Parts: sequence; structure tokens; C-alpha cells
Amino acid sequence: MSKILIVAEHDGARLNPSTSKCVSCAARVPGASVDVLVLAGDGSAVASQAAAISGVGKVLVAEHSANAESLAAVLAPQVAKLAAGYTHVFGPSTTFGKDLMPRIAALLGVGQVSDIMAVEGSHAFKRPIYAGNAVLTVEVPADAIVVATVRVASFEAAAPGGAAAVEKVDAGVTPPSHTRLVSRSGATTGRPDLQTANRVVAGGRALGSVDGFKIIYSLADRMGAAVGASRAAVDAGYVPNDLQVGQTGKIIAPELYIAIGISGAIQHMTGIKDARTIVAINKDGEAPIFEAADIGLVGDLFSIVPEFEKQLGG
Amino acid sequence: MPRIIVGVKRVVDYNVRVRVKPDNTGVITEGVKMSLNPFDEIALEEALRIKERGLADEVLAVSIGPADTQQQLRTALAMGADRAILVQTDAAVPPLSVARIFRQLIDKEQPFLVLLGKQAIDDDNGQTPQMLAALWERPQAVSCSKIEIADGKASVTREVDAGLEVLEVDLPAVLSVDLRLNEPRYVKLPDIMKAKKKPLDTLSLGDFGVSEAPSFRTVRVDPPPQRSKGIMVKDVAELVDALKKKGLV
Repeated sequence: MSKILIVAEHDGARLNPSTSKCVSCAARVPGASVDVLVLAGDGSAVASQAAAISGVGKVLVAEHSANAESLAAVLAPQVAKLAAGYTHVFGPSTTFGKDLMPRIAALLGVGQVSDIMAVEGSHAFKRPIYAGNAVLTVEVPADAIVVATVRVASFEAAAPGGAAAVEKVDAGVTPPSHTRLVSRSGATTGRPDLQTANRVVAGGRALGSVDGFKIIYSLADRMGAAVGASRAAVDAGYVPNDLQVGQTGKIIAPELYIAIGISGAIQHMTGIKDARTIVAINKDGEAPIFEAADIGLVGDLFSIVPEFEKQLGG
Repeated sequence: MPRIIVGVKRVVDYNVRVRVKPDNTGVITEGVKMSLNPFDEIALEEALRIKERGLADEVLAVSIGPADTQQQLRTALAMGADRAILVQTDAAVPPLSVARIFRQLIDKEQPFLVLLGKQAIDDDNGQTPQMLAALWERPQAVSCSKIEIADGKASVTREVDAGLEVLEVDLPAVLSVDLRLNEPRYVKLPDIMKAKKKPLDTLSLGDFGVSEAPSFRTVRVDPPPQRSKGIMVKDVAELVDALKKKGLV
């Protein structure tokens, strides 16, 4: 009998969809019951969203003024305490979970399974290694609590329609004050979120400049798509870092991924392997991106992209 | 003496396309080019820059791995690390054990800063910095793209899913570094010669009371599922048709 605790990711007002994907992953563990832990300054809004995820047994809410900023060093000792009685503690493999979960594992004195892509049993999981060029099946000792991050691109969001009970908890831990949040800045573009979008239009170094990248935004807006980028485009300063797709950026699984002027380094391919359909547009017919593409078109992107946008119609 | 510890790992070079062994026990590493983990190289570069700004006196590079890891440590010394420690083992040491070893080294070396790569590109675990910070009960900042040290504090910019996050942490602390923090320097030949004279101490897992037994069992390693072969279209009209057939536009 597995008892799984999922650490919710949220911004204080909205539950991140990564949490629902963790619930889907947890539901694959044989005979699992699933609870969600919301650590927040005021957790009421987020808790009710978590309670509405189908398959959630209970939502635990740990409120503390220090929790409002979602700092790993503040949250980890509380989660480690509240994990008592659970067999598994899961969090999303987003920058939130990647920061937090190993800190929890160390406090519990156990290893961590990073990036679960498939559940093979209560203590056995598949995970990618070597930038996804190999898949490791790993088994955690049966007597150890399983701390893991869930590769959100590998799981569908759990269905809504749940009505879990919400319960206030207090870990009774004094949070450390050695870590302070100064600021958080993100682009509020009005475009779909890259990590959860059904369609993504992404550009690479071949766009050549911030100005050149405008055709990517324009096509994305026409298609109602999120915008992504290769590391090369981010390094060159064409777009901000939060658009990076790949081994060290975001791992995504949209229905449609259009890679424009992206050569397809191994590290980039890691981030898009789970896309349903990959379209590649590149002037170099030998670019590795074409090996993975479902549909490839060789040519000059600066003429193809505007033409493509035009042919899509209004 | 203000000291920085940098962790470096010997990994399969990032340009190598790894292949899974036919018996599914791992990936082929024989005869494959090995390098410093790229993120660790960036961590080392940052430590050297902090030292060059006069904020540290010594940069200590530490690695855990087989005897050949000396090559990577010599590279670290050639880049500018002052001395190196190799905890020599042929076993694959999991992140929690690595963190425990570093935790003990911290007691001995008393660094004000530990700089680590945000992940090693072989196992892609991304755990050691956070685990070390937990065991040390000190701040962590993961995926730093900017680090400023002043007045016993570090102000760091982290790359997060939503954009950028700025944290202020009290020192000592563990910082893990991301790709855009800096561009590591190239090693010059005279530095390679000089590095041969720098101290490199070798210790064993036993010195830290860490066992060779793995914490998790590797059941098997498989190649990733292959995508089916796609089609090439010759112009935009064909592209739009192909997408329409799939119901995607």
C-alpha cells in the first residue's frame, strides 16, 4: 500500500498544472493513495484548486508567512516533517521541484529519483539519462521512502472533478532566515505558457537577431502557439532564458512543435522528444533536426515563415 | 584564508552520442572521450573570477571518480585551481553520498562558498548541490546565471521557469551554476606545465565512511524509443497540406 504526498507548485493564487501531472504519475503507482501538500502564505485559493483534481484523497495546507515566497530552504524542512507516514514524496521536475525535492531527500537521508518518465512498480521507475539518449530503469529499496521528481512532459494532467477534503497542518519547524527573495521577474507576454501549450513555434540562431526573431512571434501569434527557442538563440540574446527548450531548459510535449532555424543539437532534442508532431524548417538539409522531424522543409526561413503564415489564412 | 570549493565530475564528453550496451547494463564508455562536466567547468571559472577579484585566496577542486579523473583535475589546476583532491573509486557514487563526502570536506576546509554545476550531463540527476546545502543546513541557490559576493552575502540571479529570480543568501552557501553564468577560459600550455606541480591529494571512500554499495539498483538501461521516420515536403503549400491532413492547422 503506497501513500504518496505531492508537493504542490503554485504562485500563491494559481496551482501550476505540473501538480496535476504529478497526481497522474502517482496514480500509476499500484494501490496508491494520493495527498497534496500546499505550502503557502495563504493557501486557501490553491488548496481548493488542488482539491478539485480527481484522484486526490486529501489536501494538506501548511500556512506560514515565510512560505509565501516558495524558497526551497524554507519549505524543505517542513515537507521532511510532514512526510512522516508517507511512502513516497513527489514533486514536479520544474525549476521549483528541482530546487526543492533533493533538499527534502537529503533531510530524509535518502536518494532521489529525478525525472520519472514512467512508473514500473511501487519502487521502480524509468528516467532519462545522458540527455535522454538512454532510459534507466531504477529500483529504490523497498524500505526507503521514495523521493522523486516527475517529468511533467511524460504525463497528462489528471482529470478535474475531485472533491478532496482540505486539512490545515503545521510542521512546527522554524524556517531559516538565511535565504531571502529579492525579486522575481518573468515576461508576461499574453502568449500561451511554453510548458503547457499545445502548439509551440521555436526559433534558433539562424534567426540572426532580436529583429529576425519577430517572424517567430508573428507566426506563433497567428497559430495561438507558445514561443520557444534553442540555447543558441538564448545565448545570443535574441530571447529571454525562460524560452529555452532542451536538456537544461524546458522539457515540453506539445501536439505540434515547429522548429525554425534550429539545427537540433542532442541537448535540444531532449526537450522535444515527446512532441506529437515535429516540423523542421532549416536551410541545411543535413541538420540533425530532420532525423527527428515528422515533416521537414529545407529552405530559407525568412521567405518560408512569412509565406507559411500567409497560407495559414486569417 | 577565504576558500572556495568547486566540485568537478569526469563525464562522457557532451559531443559524444552515447550508445546503450547490448546487455542493457549501462552505456558504452570504453574508448569514449571523457571531459570535465561542462557545468562544473563554469563553476570553476566563476570561482577563479571571484578569486581574481580578491574575494578568495584559494580555489580547491574536488572530484570523486576513478584514477583517470586525475586528468580532469589536472585540467582544473591548469585553469587556475590552487589544489585538488581526488576521492578515488571505481564505483558510481550517488548524489547523496557525494553530498556526504563534500559535507565532511567542508568541516576540514571551511570554505565560504561551494560552487557546483547544476547537473552532471551523464546521470542528469541535478541533486548534489541541494543535498549538500541541506546536510550543511546552509542556503542554496540553484541554476545561477549571475553571482555577486559582498559583505558576507551572495546576491544571485537564478534562471527559473517563469524567468529570473534574484535571491540574497548569507554565506557560507552552496551555489549551483547554469550555462549563461560565464564563458570558461581556455587552458594555455604553460598553465598545463604549471599544473603538474600543483598539489593533488588522493583519498578513498573509506576515508569518509561512505560505502561503495549503490543506494538504488539499476534494473536496466534501454535506448530511448525511436520516432518513426518523417517525410520531407518541397514547399510551403505541401507543408500546409501535410499539417491539414493531421488536423493540426
